[in-house]
Amino acid sequence: FSCSSSGVKPAVATGLVGTVQQQDIMKWNGWGYADSKFFFNKKGQGEFTGKRYRLSGLILPSLKDWFEGTFGANLQHKSPPSLNTSAVAPPSLNEAFVEELKSTGIPFSHDTEDRVFRAHGHCLHEIFSLRDGRVGRCPDMVVWPNCHNDVVKIVELACKHSVCLIPYGGGTSVSSALECPPEETRSIVSLDTSQMNRILWIDEKNLTAHVEAGIIGQDLERLLNESGYCTGHEPDSMEFSSLGGWVATRASGMKKNIYGNIEDLVVHIKMVTPRGVIEKSCQGPRMSTGPDIHHFILGSEGTLGVVTEVTLKIRPIPEYQKYGSVVFPNFQQGVACLREVAKQRCAPASIRLMDNEQFQFGHALKPQVSSIFTSFLDGLKKFYITKFKGFDPHHLCVATLLFEGDREKVLQHEKLVYDIAAKFGGLAAGEDNGQRGYMLTFVIAYLRDLGMEYYVIGESFETSVPWDRWVLDLCRNVKERIVRECKEKGVQFPPLSTCRVTQTYDAGACVYFYFAFNYRGLSDPVHVYEQVEHAAREEILANGGSLSHHHGVGKLRKEWMQETISSVGLGMLKSVKDYLDPNNIFGNRNLL
Amino acid sequence: MASKALYSHRDPVLKKRDDFEDILEERRNSSDLRYAFKCYTPVLYRGLTPCKAATLKSMVLQSEQLLHVINQVSAESGESTDVVKDEAAAILEEMAHRLQLRTIRFFAYTLSKAFKALYRSVCVNEEGIQRLQQAMQEHPVVLLPSHRSYMDFLMMSYILYTYDLSLPVIAAGMDFLGMKFVGEMLRMSGAFFIRRSFGGDQLYWAVFSEYVKTMLRKGYAPIEFFLEGTRSRTCKSLTPKLGLLNIVMEPFFKGEVFDVNLVPVSMSYERVLEESLYARELLGVPKPKESTSGLLKARKILSEDYGSMHVYFSPPVSVRSLAQGRINRSQFNLTPRCGGSGHVAQKPSEETQAFVNDVAYRIVRLQQENMVVKPWVLVATLLLQSVEGMELTELMEQTSWLRDLARMFGAFLDWPDHTPCSMVVSSSISLHRNLACVSGSRISLVVEGPQGPETPEEALFNRAVSVLSCASYRNQVLHVFLRPALLAMALSNANSSRKEDIYSCFDFLRNVFSDEFILSPGASVQDFDEACHLLVKCGAVELLHQDVVMAESGRTVLSFLTLLLEPFLQGYQVVCRYLREEATENLTEKQFIPAVRSFAVKLHLSGSLKCYEVLSSDLQKNALNALIRLNVVRRVRTNEQVLFKVNKAAVNSVEDTLGGRIPTQKSILARL
Repeated sequence: FSCSSSGVKPAVATGLVGTVQQQDIMKWNGWGYADSKFFFNKKGQGEFTGKRYRLSGLILPSLKDWFEGTFGANLQHKSPPSLNTSAVAPPSLNEAFVEELKSTGIPFSHDTEDRVFRAHGHCLHEIFSLRDGRVGRCPDMVVWPNCHNDVVKIVELACKHSVCLIPYGGGTSVSSALECPPEETRSIVSLDTSQMNRILWIDEKNLTAHVEAGIIGQDLERLLNESGYCTGHEPDSMEFSSLGGWVATRASGMKKNIYGNIEDLVVHIKMVTPRGVIEKSCQGPRMSTGPDIHHFILGSEGTLGVVTEVTLKIRPIPEYQKYGSVVFPNFQQGVACLREVAKQRCAPASIRLMDNEQFQFGHALKPQVSSIFTSFLDGLKKFYITKFKGFDPHHLCVATLLFEGDREKVLQHEKLVYDIAAKFGGLAAGEDNGQRGYMLTFVIAYLRDLGMEYYVIGESFETSVPWDRWVLDLCRNVKERIVRECKEKGVQFPPLSTCRVTQTYDAGACVYFYFAFNYRGLSDPVHVYEQVEHAAREEILANGGSLSHHHGVGKLRKEWMQETISSVGLGMLKSVKDYLDPNNIFGNRNLL
Repeated sequence: MASKALYSHRDPVLKKRDDFEDILEERRNSSDLRYAFKCYTPVLYRGLTPCKAATLKSMVLQSEQLLHVINQVSAESGESTDVVKDEAAAILEEMAHRLQLRTIRFFAYTLSKAFKALYRSVCVNEEGIQRLQQAMQEHPVVLLPSHRSYMDFLMMSYILYTYDLSLPVIAAGMDFLGMKFVGEMLRMSGAFFIRRSFGGDQLYWAVFSEYVKTMLRKGYAPIEFFLEGTRSRTCKSLTPKLGLLNIVMEPFFKGEVFDVNLVPVSMSYERVLEESLYARELLGVPKPKESTSGLLKARKILSEDYGSMHVYFSPPVSVRSLAQGRINRSQFNLTPRCGGSGHVAQKPSEETQAFVNDVAYRIVRLQQENMVVKPWVLVATLLLQSVEGMELTELMEQTSWLRDLARMFGAFLDWPDHTPCSMVVSSSISLHRNLACVSGSRISLVVEGPQGPETPEEALFNRAVSVLSCASYRNQVLHVFLRPALLAMALSNANSSRKEDIYSCFDFLRNVFSDEFILSPGASVQDFDEACHLLVKCGAVELLHQDVVMAESGRTVLSFLTLLLEPFLQGYQVVCRYLREEATENLTEKQFIPAVRSFAVKLHLSGSLKCYEVLSSDLQKNALNALIRLNVVRRVRTNEQVLFKVNKAAVNSVEDTLGGRIPTQKSILARL
C-alpha cells in the first residue's frame, strides 16, 4: 500500500499469523477475510471460497433454493457494489499534534484507505453505505501505539492539543460505536491498538496471563495454546475482535459456562485516561474495596480511555472436546430442556438452541455429499425423525452442544444432558450436526455480503431475558413484530425472522435474532431496516428483555439507556466520565 | 384528555358500512336437518395446539398462578392445600364449559326452527364475518356483542356455526344453571358460568381469571362476553363492566400473546322478545326466575312476529394498536410472571385501568354506531313526545323529517328504498300493534288494562308499562341524538349565548347523565365539538365568534332534541326532590327505589307530574349514582346495611341547575 508522506506506518505487524497487517487480508466493505466469501457459480450453485473454513471450497447445492425461497430473491437481480472511494473528505489535521507526535516516533498515517477502514464497524447501514461508495465522517488520522507508554504519550498529546481520540481494536462493532460523530469539529484520531499484541507473561502458578489489549482473539488463543493453555473466551467474532474490545464492551464467549464471560476472566486491567492511568495495586482474586473500578472500565465502550494491558485467567487446554446435537419436536420443548439444564447447573461448555427457521437455514448450507452412502444415511435419519418419531419438519428445532474436559467426565456429562433432553422429547442427532452448527456462527456473517449482492439485507441483534415464559413469549412476539413491521413498511416478501438461544444462565438466557429481507422496490431500504430494528428493540424491552447482552450500546441503542438504567444511573456514569475526561477527548459519544 | 387518542372527531355520516345478507333465507329453502349435520371444519387460530375441554381444565388447575393462590389461601385459612385444591377444582367444575359438537348440532336444528318462526330475517354483514375469520387465524379473538335479549348468545353461536367459524366460549351468569337441562345444554354448547358477585373470594377470582386467560393464551376458542354485564332492560347501552375485559387484555400487557383482537358485535332487534317483561321489571315486578318450565311456558312467543334482526360484526380492534403509546408494557418486567411467593396478584396500575376503561367505552360506542335503527324506533320516539296521541298524517310527516335528521346525524337506518314513508310507518305500526293503535285518523299508545274497573294506581301502572315499552325503542336511537340533545338542553339552560357558558352547562349535564348514557370519561370537549358540528350542519345553530346561537330555522330541531331528554331531566329532578323533601337520616339502599317510586306515584296521582319514566328503577338508580358521583349523596356502609346520607342544600342546587334556574359553576377549559 502507499505510505503517506508525513507518517511512517508499521511495515509488518506481528499479529494475525505474524505476516501481514490485518487490513490487507480483510475486506474493506464487507465481513472478514478478503479471500473468503459466498458466491453463486455459473450453475447457480452456492460456493464458499478460500481455505480458511470447513465450508471453504465446497459446493452448497441447497443454498440457492433456500435463498430464493426464503427471500423471494432472484439470482438474476444483482445489486453490485459501486466502488468509489474518492468521495472521502480530506483529513483535517491538528498540525501541532502531528508535529509533536512525529517527535515521539509513534507510527501514524492519514492515508484515505487507512482512515476509511477505521471509520466503521459492521452495522448494516455502515456496510451498505460503503458498498454504495458513501463514506461519512472519517477519522482524520490513524496512530499505531506499540505499547502502554506509547498510549500514555498519545493521550497526553491529545489532551494538550485538543484532539478527539477513538480507540480501535478489531473493528467488529455492531452498535455504531466506531462511527465518528458528524458534529465533531476537532481532528479525530483513530487509535489502533493492533500493534500492542504481545503476551507479556504467563503465570502458571496462578494460572494467569498478562496480555496487551490489542491482541486479536484467535492469536491470543493460538499463542496460549503453544504453552498448553487457553482462555476459553470465544465470542463469535474471535477471529477479528481484540481483547481490549472485549473489555470495553463486556463481551461474552460461547464457552462461558466453563470459563465465564469477560468480567469473570479479568483479574487486572490497565487503562490510560485523560486523568491518568487507572489500575489496581494487586491481583487478589476478589476484593472488598468499594465498588469494583473494573466495572467502570468493562463496558465503557471507549468513552473513558484506552485499555492497554489485561491480566486474564487461563486454563490448561482441555483434554477432550466433543460436539453434539439434539432435535426437539418444537421450540417450546427445546427451551424447556435448556431451562432444566440451567436449573440443574449442568450446562455443557456451550449449549445453543436454534429455532426451526435457523434449522432450515443450516440445512441450506449442507455441502454436496460425497457418497451415495452418506446421502442414503441422511435420508434414513430424516425418515426416522419425521415419520417414525412424528416430528413436524416445520416445527422441529435443534440444540447444538459442545462438551469439554476429561474424556471420562465429558462422556458422563454428555449422558446426563442427553437424558434431560430425552425428558423433553429430544433425540440425539449426532456430532456432525453440532459441529456444523458452530461452524455456521463463523460463516453466517459472510452470508450477509452474499445477500447484499442480491437485494437482501439483514443483521443480527441480541438480548438477555429471564427464564419463566419470557424466553418463549419474547421470541414469538419479537419475530412476529418484525414480520408485521416489514409488511407495514412495504417490504414485499416476508422477511427471515429467526432466533436462537445462545447462552443459558441461572436466571435467564441470551437470545439472538437474525433478521433479513429482500429490499427490491424500496427506495430507502436501510431506513426501513432501521425502523424495523428499532421496533424490534422496543418489543424486546416491552417483553422484559435487556437492551443488550454483549453487543453493547454504542450509538445505536443510546436512546434507551435512561429507560434501562434509570436517570440516576445515567447520572452516575456521566459523573465518572466528567471526572476522567472533562474535555471529552475520548469523544466517540457512545453509551451516554 | 387521555381518551383523546381513541376518538377521532369525524363526520359520522361518512362512515361506510357493509351490506347485509339474510341467513334465514337459505334455511327456508333447504333442509334444517342437513344443515345441522353439515360438515363443520372451522379455521383455527394458527398458534393453537388443539386440546379437549378436560385437558383445558387440568391445565388451569396446574397453572402456577392458580397454585400460587391456592398456597396463599391455604396459608391464610389454615386448610391444607389439598382441601383448597379440591375447592378450586369444584369451582372450576361448576364454571367450565363442555363444548361438544353434538349439542351444537342439536341447537342448530332447533334454533333454525325457532328463528324461522320468530323472525322474518336475520341479517348479517358477511364482510364482517370474513374479517372475523381472518382475525381468528391471526390472533386470539374476543367477541363483544351488545346485550338486549337472551337470544343474543344463542344467535351468536348460531351465526358462527352457520359460517363455519370457531364456536365461542361464552361467559354466562350462574342463574342459568338454575334451569334444569337447559343450563347443562348451554354448557355443552360453550357457555361457562360465573357467579354474579364474588367480591372478596380470592380463590374464585383466581380460578375464573386463569380459566379465561388459559383459553385466550392458547387461542382455544374465541371468548365471548357482554361488556354491559347484563341484558339492558331499557335497550340503552349500559356502562361497560371492566372485570372480564381486564382479564382478556392482561395476556397482551404481559407479552403472553402478540395481540388480542376485540370484535364488537351489534345485535339489533326489531322487536325484543322480552319487551313488556322488561317494562314490568323496571316498574318493580320481580324478574321471573330463570326456569325450564318458564321457558316452556314462553313457547307461545313462537307464534308471534318479531320482525327482523340485524347482526353487525365490526372490524376487529387490535389491543396492541390501541395500547401503542399508552401502556408501558415493561412495567411488568420487575415482578415474576406467575405469582412467586409473597407476590399478590398485581392490581392493574392506574394507567392500565384508565386505558381499559377507555377501550371499554370505545367498544360500546362501536356497538352503538353499528346498531341498526328501525323505522318503528323513530315512530316510537315521536309518539312519546305526544303521549296523548297524534294525527296519523302529522306522524307521517314528522317521521319523514326525523328520518332525514337521523341520517344526517349518522344513524344506521334500515329504511326500505322506494317505499313511500306512509307505507313504512304503517307496516311498523302493525308489527308493534301491541304498543300503538290507530283509531280513525289518530294514533295513540295502547294501554292494556283489566276488563273491569281499575284503581288509579293500576291505571297508572298500565300506562307506565306502555310508555316504558315504547321508550325502550326510543332509547335505541338516543346515541345518535345524545350529544346534540345535550347541547340543545345546554342552550336552553344557559343564561348567555357565550360559548364558555354553554360549554360549562353542557359539561355539567354530561357529567350528571354519564351513568344514564354512554359518555366516555374525559371526552367532554370532543363531545361538545361533535355536538356543535352536527347542529351547525343541520342548520339549527350558528357559531358566531365566541357565541353559539340558535338559528332562525333551528327551533324544530332544538325543541325535538330538548324534548328527547326531557323525561330524563324531569326524572332526575324528581329524584332530587324526593331526597330533599322526604329522605330520612336513615335511608337505606333497600328502601331507596320503592320510596322514590311511591313518591313519584303520589306526584302523578296528584296531577303535578306527567312524566312516566321517573317510575323506572333504572333511571332512579342512575340518578342516585350520579348524585353519589357529584358528592351530593354519601354512601355509608354500616354493619348490616348501606345508608345514604343526603346533603340537602347540595341536592337543591343540583336540582336547580338541572332546571336551569341557576347557572353552572364555571369550569372553563383552556381550549375554549
